[in-house]
Amino acid sequence: MRPILLSGHERALTQVKYNPDGDIIFSVSKDHVVCAWFSHNGERLGTYHGHQGALWTVDVDPTSTLLATGGADNTMRLWEVKTGKLLKTWDFPTSIKRVEFSADGRQLLGVTEKRSGHLGTIVVYEIDPDPEAKQSDEHILRIVCEDSKPTVAGFSYLAHYIIAGHEDGSVSQFDAKNGELLYNTQVHETDMLITDLQWSQDRTYFITASKDKTAKISAADSLEVLKTYVTDTPLNSAAITPVKDFVILGGGQAAMDVTTTSARQGKFEARFYHKIFCEEIGRVRGHFGPLNYVAVHPQGLGYCSGGEDGYVRVHHFDKGYFDFLYEVEREKAQELANL
Amino acid sequence: MATAYDNLPMDDEEFDESQVDFTDLEDQYQVRLDEGLDAFVVIDGLPQVPEDSKAKLVKFVLRKLNSVGKVKEDGVHMPVGDDGKTEGYAFVEYNAPSEAVAAVKQLHLTPLDKKHTMQVNKLTDIDRYGKEGRVDEEYHEPHIEPFQEKEHLRSWLGDSEGRDQMVMFRGEKVGVFWNNKEDAPEPVVDRENWTESFVQWSPLGTYLTSMHAQGVQLWGGKAWSRQKRFAHPGVNLVDFSPHEKYLTTWSHRPLQVDENHPVPSLSIEDDGKNYIIWDIATGKPLRSFTTLDMPTSTDAEGNPVKKKMQWPTFKWSSDDKYVARMTPGQSISVYELPRMNLLDKSSIKIEGVVDFEWAPATPKRDGIKTYEQLFCYWTPELGSNPAKVGLMTVPTKEVVRTRNLFNVSDAKLHWQSEAAYVCVKVDRHSKSKKSLATNLEIFRVREKGVPVEVVDSLKDTVINFAWEPKGNRFVLITAGEIPAGAAVPPKTAVHFFAPEKLKGGAPGNFRHVQTVDKKNSNGIYWSPKGRFVVVATLQSSQSTDLDFWDLSFDQPKDEAQKGDKELNANLKLMASGDHYGITDVEWDPSGRYVATVASAFRHHMENGYHMYDFKGTLLREEHIDHFKQLIWRPRPATLLSKEEQAEIRKNLRNYSKVFDEQDQAKKNTANKAVIEERQRLLGEWLEFRKSMRQMLEEEDAVIELNNGKILRDEDGEVEEIEEIVEEIIEESEEVIQ
Repeated sequence: MRPILLSGHERALTQVKYNPDGDIIFSVSKDHVVCAWFSHNGERLGTYHGHQGALWTVDVDPTSTLLATGGADNTMRLWEVKTGKLLKTWDFPTSIKRVEFSADGRQLLGVTEKRSGHLGTIVVYEIDPDPEAKQSDEHILRIVCEDSKPTVAGFSYLAHYIIAGHEDGSVSQFDAKNGELLYNTQVHETDMLITDLQWSQDRTYFITASKDKTAKISAADSLEVLKTYVTDTPLNSAAITPVKDFVILGGGQAAMDVTTTSARQGKFEARFYHKIFCEEIGRVRGHFGPLNYVAVHPQGLGYCSGGEDGYVRVHHFDKGYFDFLYEVEREKAQELANL
Repeated sequence: MATAYDNLPMDDEEFDESQVDFTDLEDQYQVRLDEGLDAFVVIDGLPQVPEDSKAKLVKFVLRKLNSVGKVKEDGVHMPVGDDGKTEGYAFVEYNAPSEAVAAVKQLHLTPLDKKHTMQVNKLTDIDRYGKEGRVDEEYHEPHIEPFQEKEHLRSWLGDSEGRDQMVMFRGEKVGVFWNNKEDAPEPVVDRENWTESFVQWSPLGTYLTSMHAQGVQLWGGKAWSRQKRFAHPGVNLVDFSPHEKYLTTWSHRPLQVDENHPVPSLSIEDDGKNYIIWDIATGKPLRSFTTLDMPTSTDAEGNPVKKKMQWPTFKWSSDDKYVARMTPGQSISVYELPRMNLLDKSSIKIEGVVDFEWAPATPKRDGIKTYEQLFCYWTPELGSNPAKVGLMTVPTKEVVRTRNLFNVSDAKLHWQSEAAYVCVKVDRHSKSKKSLATNLEIFRVREKGVPVEVVDSLKDTVINFAWEPKGNRFVLITAGEIPAGAAVPPKTAVHFFAPEKLKGGAPGNFRHVQTVDKKNSNGIYWSPKGRFVVVATLQSSQSTDLDFWDLSFDQPKDEAQKGDKELNANLKLMASGDHYGITDVEWDPSGRYVATVASAFRHHMENGYHMYDFKGTLLREEHIDHFKQLIWRPRPATLLSKEEQAEIRKNLRNYSKVFDEQDQAKKNTANKAVIEERQRLLGEWLEFRKSMRQMLEEEDAVIELNNGKILRDEDGEVEEIEEIVEEIIEESEEVIQ
């Protein structure tokens, strides 16, 4: 199907997210505005105004009632999805690079930038899912990363662990109860920034994307690298598709280098890899700047990508996508059906 | 500031230096003192003459000696023996040590007459090497190394699948690989830092050449062991003779060989030289040369024109018997191998000579029975004399054919690979010197009297020309005038030419077959077996296209071109390709595959290679950062006779059947391996998922098991409300009568 082009932002997109029902897409960009869109037709549902700087991150809670955002104005904010009302603002000494709700929506984490003497931290707040309730000012947990700043983080299944990706290409596992560092391992190449970390639906494994041109799937409990996807371009984002065993990788040459080389050098394509066999199966072109984020529909019906070019492209999968199976998979499915 | 030495312990006062034995150090660091004898040379090999003729001999020798420096007054001391005759040697003192060195360099082994050859050595050298004890009084049998079997240098030709090898240089790694069509090339050997600048195959593929600051190394055999080393410090370029017997190395820096900078296998005579010609079998230098000083010409504005160095400078005849170098504008020096002596002791004077080219094969001229090699040269217009193209035969140095040309701006010499034709591409300017056009003067070397055919139908300048290897067709590319200040290079046109078919199959006159215009192409790459040609656009930012042409396409008879005379060509564009950033096109020696390369030597965008088959199907593409070179390993000429080759061609169907079966079998096993691997991966994954699922169930993770969605109470009984909205857009009433 033809992609829907969402052209409501004036500057580069930084993150896009589906709500758990998959009917709404939230997008944040450097233009200070949060937008909500209907995923099926690309109509804009509304905007959330208030941030005073570029936005880096957005997340929606599991019931689609609360929306969390973070940005370069050193604030993390909580909004009511339905009304666009600003419920809470948390102030920090540095900007917020990543926010994420836990699976039950009762915890919210934020990753703060390392700057001017402040170390990179991960903060966790308790969230009352009722939009009328007063949210607490005090964090319940604060993890300070002294070695290498965290760039991305998220809650594992049952909020057992907090998994963080670091600037130096390593991945850490923290106890989400007390913030203790349980394990740190060099998943990506040394000093290659981890740009994204997205979960499988049951949060038992996750995919990390890195500037080292690879994406890797690791298990949440053991941090063992299960799969590696090798590309020829620095990656900004990686997502795991439900229903089908694929992953979608997005990236492209860094925005600052693009003007110095030809357009075809940029490799601004979303790449589909088979999750299990690690083979590339397709590419989707369209953006004319690097892809900053790719998000998959929670029911696996489509995906959207936000680019440095200021556009969100929403794709709905066709029948061919769902029919595609490797011969080995087909045999296995047959085998299971016969049991 | 106070020095820190103040508080050094001073307790070595009683230390007596004379107690220590320094002789070993003295030996090791013996400094050659200036004994004032450096200006002396010793001359040997002089005739022994009676004392009264001594003055005459001294005078004779002095004449020679003074040619390199000034001999001191009474500087020649010629001892007279007991029998009243001179002893055949003399001591000579020069004014300066440098003159003595020059004398040794230039006069050593100068013949005086038929019987006597003068040997000139430095007195200090004789003292040093000839000192008592340095030379053993007894003769010792030289130790001969026992014979060691060498590796088979051509073992790669015995590949059961008849595959070709290629060398790839990427990053710091150099590897040799088997070409496996669409599959990843199979590594044969892969080494880090094998070369310092580039790699090169010898012309028959026996050796792989690596370049180092100290010199050149040749590698080969099954184990890729080092076969030969040629020490040439600072070497920049290397060139092989066609039969791999000899090697030329060149450095832009003159060699420095003296007592303080010894270079293995080079002697003081090689000091200051740029070129060395080596014998590959022995690894010994044959002769060395300096770079000729090019007369610096100036362009119209008076700026000096930097002349591009011609490489190879020393050009080899097709049979390794001669090597020649041109002194631009003056002469061509032909040297005979293996002695490297100047043919007939003199260079061939050709006034104004600009370029020359050996015939790439031993020519077979009509009616010539004796051995000969040919080279072709050209001279520009000099005064009122026209420009000339000549063919000269060696060793007799006879000019067998010349042709006068007018209004010549430039000329290029293109030999056909079997030396059957030589095409001289002549760029001619109009009288006003404003416009350029190109003529082709084609010498039919094998026909009686070497007739010349002129192709002057081209209106534009020809920027590239290439003969079909072992054939008689050619392709050329013309470019229009470049408008002043235009950023875009002019469009080019590709022209195909073929000879007319005469009765009896002899090639007739060359005729134009077809022109393809509005192209950007600039490179012509013939298959080494002929018939197929790739026309490409290289090093252009506008386009990077590749066209694969077949010149003998089998067409149904009724569609065949009908002309008054049938041409020996049937052109067909088989396929077109595109390789972004392409810098090189390389045919494999069998003419089955074409590799196109985007080399990091030229730019850093999408470095890597593409592999095509001869008909232009893209088999494989690979991007490798810092990919620098891909070169196919050349093959020596086939050992099969013409009849045997014809026999194979006749039964090609049977042979290809065997290979097809092999390919199929290979594919099947490969597929099987891939499927097994996938089954394993899938199994492992499902196992992992199962264990995770189980763990979640044990932990009672409801949300996670529901794929992240929180089950709400109302989710159970969902009420579906269907809303129908009717909108009246327009209402109108019409009265019907």
